[in-house]
Order: sequence, then structure tokens, then C-alpha cells
Amino acid sequence: MISIRNVSTRFAGKGGEEGFTAVDDVSLEIPAGSVQGIIGFSGAGKSTLLRNINLLERPTSGHVLVDGVDLTGLGDEELRRERHQIGMIFQHFNLLNNRTAVENVELSLKFAGVKKAARRRRAHEALEIVDLAEKAKSYPAKLSGGQKQRVAIARALVTKPKVLLCDEPTSAVDPRTTASVLQYLADINQQLGITTVVVTHELNVVKSIADNVAVMDAGRAVERFAVDDLNSGRFHPQTEIGRYLLDDDLHITRTPLAERSRHTAAKGAAETKEHAGV
Amino acid sequence: MSDIAGFDIARIIELLPEVGVALGQTFVMLLVAIPIAILIGTPLGVWLYSASPTGLKPRPKLHRVVDSLVNVIRSFPFLILLIAIIPVTRFVVGTTVGTAAVIVPLTINAIPYFARFVEQNITQLGAGVVEAARSMGATRGQIVRDVLLVEARPALLGSITIMTVSFISYSAMAGLVGGGGIGDFAIRYGYYRYETAVMLFAIVLMIVLVQAVQIGGTRWARRLDKRH
Ligand SMILES: Nc1ncnc2c1ncn2[C@@H]1O[C@H](COP(=O)(O)OP(=O)(O)OP(=O)(O)O)[C@@H](O)[C@H]1O
Ligand SMILES: [Mg+2]
Repeated sequence: MISIRNVSTRFAGKGGEEGFTAVDDVSLEIPAGSVQGIIGFSGAGKSTLLRNINLLERPTSGHVLVDGVDLTGLGDEELRRERHQIGMIFQHFNLLNNRTAVENVELSLKFAGVKKAARRRRAHEALEIVDLAEKAKSYPAKLSGGQKQRVAIARALVTKPKVLLCDEPTSAVDPRTTASVLQYLADINQQLGITTVVVTHELNVVKSIADNVAVMDAGRAVERFAVDDLNSGRFHPQTEIGRYLLDDDLHITRTPLAERSRHTAAKGAAETKEHAGV
Repeated sequence: MSDIAGFDIARIIELLPEVGVALGQTFVMLLVAIPIAILIGTPLGVWLYSASPTGLKPRPKLHRVVDSLVNVIRSFPFLILLIAIIPVTRFVVGTTVGTAAVIVPLTINAIPYFARFVEQNITQLGAGVVEAARSMGATRGQIVRDVLLVEARPALLGSITIMTVSFISYSAMAGLVGGGGIGDFAIRYGYYRYETAVMLFAIVLMIVLVQAVQIGGTRWARRLDKRH
């Protein structure tokens, strides 16, 4: 369904600076209807790879095929048409502040060439899917983070895309909202059969909604596994970065309370008193 | 008898019709120069943004040329521009004196001024909304019309207010080519004829005008701004 073939993305350096390879020869097959997770540390190249899929960032080399169509071979006009089939949501939502929720959703239909008469109705339907019908006339400033992301989801879905790309969709919201947003994404994937790609640095995000996961490090996909295999213990990370990322333990070195010396405790207390001006 | 604390009210009343004419001339200058500046400055500003190295359609070489050209016009002191372009003025309006003649340099000054405002207001919106629009398959024209100009609208209204306010005082220099206007009126009576009371009266009128424009503009912009 989505076929990423030997994709590399190199950013040219400014002036005499050396260039930077953000994505380094990545190949990935994402089956239709599946949820693909991409995890990795900051700067690993996750967002760049995601943006390579809809060519927001054109790869320097390699091919991206969506439903058998090689996007890297398309002209501007054809690429724009393909993009109507590929929805995208962002960490910071990227809604238009001066348009209401329903107007934000409608805009996506306008860009897709849908006639004005049908836009409003379809936008309302999309907002209903994310349970925001009653917020249709609200401006983004009056919505919570989770609600904004749901408007963004509605905006991405309203054109009935085959693919949904998500760049850190829950990194700007609290844990409970995270769960709610992920539930919507999971439901949408199941009910509409939309192939979904989720970029995140949080293991529990991919664990909860992804079927397959790729771990990125320094532009490369260094590990791939099925979440089922990870959960059942059949998968063991082969790389340092993989082991670190797939481990819930943060490995902070810290002496247990009972073993901490009385001396340090007493000193701490004295300092606190001093600060309090006692 | 009519002289209260050095204020010759009779004289001011006597000059009221002339004040009315002067105000009218100021309005004409603003009402012609500013709409034209908006009409031409907006596409120019959008182009400056779009053709910049990080814009929608980078054209670095041409951008550098146009960018410098805008700076050149912007760096002319208005008074010098007024005189320097007299041949152009004659060609456009057929005369080099009077209100019509001032409108030409005023407009030429206003276009790059407003273009810079547009460019800056759009650039400040950040890459997020543009990225979203591109991901939705918007054309460059749609990105400009349906995203950038809509999001920048409150800021643009603020810029129009600032521009109008500075042009109220610019129009004072219009006197040099017999352009009239309230600023010119203040200079003629206050500076050349030492009629301080008349000058003060004209200045108060200008202050009221500026306040009205500023307050009105700010209110309107705030109403449009949905960020809060
Ligand atoms: N337009 C660009 N020009 C130059 N370098 C870039 C550009 N975009 C990204 N990079 C660089 O490419 C690398 C990968 O960036 P990318 O945004 O893909 O990382 P990421 O894995 O998404 O990180 P994060 O978790 O912080 O979002 C980074 O080192 C970044 O500085
Ligand atoms: Mg990123």
C-alpha cells in the first residue's frame, strides 16, 4: 500500500557548511489498512521520513509509492491530486486561528475541489465522527488541545483519504487526552480502513495503536518488528538504541531513600531552613 | 474681546472654510493613496514572501533584485521623493502642483511600505499552517488567498492603521507642491505667518484625526483577531 524504497533525504549545508543526511536509505513496506509506528529520538529523521511520504519534503533519492503510484515521479498538479488521498495531522495541530472548527474542516474540501454546496454538510459529518459537532462554530483558541487535534483529524479525514500521516499527534496533550486521541485514530483506522502512519518518541503510543513499528536512528530504520511479537516476547531488539527505546526503565542512577546517609538528609534539612530564613 | 488667553477665536472662525478644504484635501490624499498602496502592495508583499529562499516558490536571484529595489524606494526621504519624481508625476496626472500631484509620490512611497508590512505579517505566521495547507493539496494561490491572507488579516489591518497615521503627517509636506491638506495648512499659518493659534488649532485637528484612525483601526483589528 505504502512502499518506501531506498529513500534518502539530504539537506544541503548553507555556505561552506557540510550537508546533513536526515533520512538514509530507508525502505519500508506498509500494508493497506495497517497502523505503522515510527519511533526514535529527537533528530532521528522521523518527521522527515513522514514528510517524504506525501512529498512535503521531496526525497533526494529513492521512491515512494502509494497504492502503486510512484509519487516521486509526479508533476506538481498530479502530486496535489494525490495529496487529497493522504491526510496529515501535526503535533501543534496547525489549524487556522481565524477560522472556526467547521471552516477549518471545509477548507480541506475546498482544496480538494469539492463544490461549495456539499462542503458544509460533509464538514459537519466529519466533526461528528470526532464527537465535536457542538463545537463546529468555535474558533481554535476556544478549544482544548485534544479538541484541536480532533478538529485536525476531522480536517484530514473529510476528503476520505486512503492514508493518514500523524506527526507526534499526542506530544502536545496530557496523558488522558493522549488516550482519547489515540482511540479516535484506532477507531478511524478500523472503521474506515485508512492506512495510518504514526511518528512518535513515546513507546506506549506505538504499543497501543501500531501493528508494526520501525525504530529510527541517525536517519536509518535500525529495527522493525510487529507489536504482537514485542508483546509476546518473540522480538528482541538487536541494537543499543532499540533496547533503550523499547525499555520502559529510564535507568536513572539513584540511591533508595532508606540507604541515603543520615548526613546528607540532615544537611538537606539545614539548607531548607536556611532558605526559609529561619 | 474674542481673544482668550492669546487665542484669536475670531481668526480661527474666519479660517474655518479653509480648514474644511484642507481636511478634505487630506482625506482625498489618503483615500486615493492608501487603497492603491493596498491593491499593489499586497501582491508585491506576497511575492516578496513567496519568492524568498524559504518561500512557496523560491526565486533567489530575482528576489534579491526586487528586494533591493523596494529598499531603495523606502530609503528616499519623502521630501526628496516628492521632488525627484516630478517628471513621473507630470506624466501620470498631467500636473506637478496641487493635491493630485501629491498623491503620486504619496502612493509610490506607500506601495513598498505596505508591501513590507504584508511580507512581514505573512512571514510571522510560521510554517505550520502552510505545511498543513500543502499536505491538503492546496495550490500556491489557495495557500495565499485562503490561508496566509486570512490568518494575517488582523495584523494587516493594524499595518494599514499605522500607514494611515504616518501618511496624515506625510501629507503635511504636500504644501511644497501646493498640495494642501491639514498639515500644509498648519505649516502655512504657523510657520510662515506666525499665527500660532491657528497652527495649534490645526495640530489639534490632526491629533484628533490620528486618534480616531488609531482607535478605530485597533478596534476593528481586535474584532477580527480570533487568536484569544
Ligand atoms: N529543512 C531542513 N533543513 C536542514 N536540516 C533539517 C531540515 N529539516 C530537518 N533537518 C534536520 O534533519 C534531522 C532530522 O530531523 P527530523 O525533524 O526528521 O527529526 P525527528 O526525528 O522528527 O525529530 P523530533 O523528534 O525532534 O521531531 C535533524 O537533525 C534536523 O536538524
Ligand atoms: Mg519530528
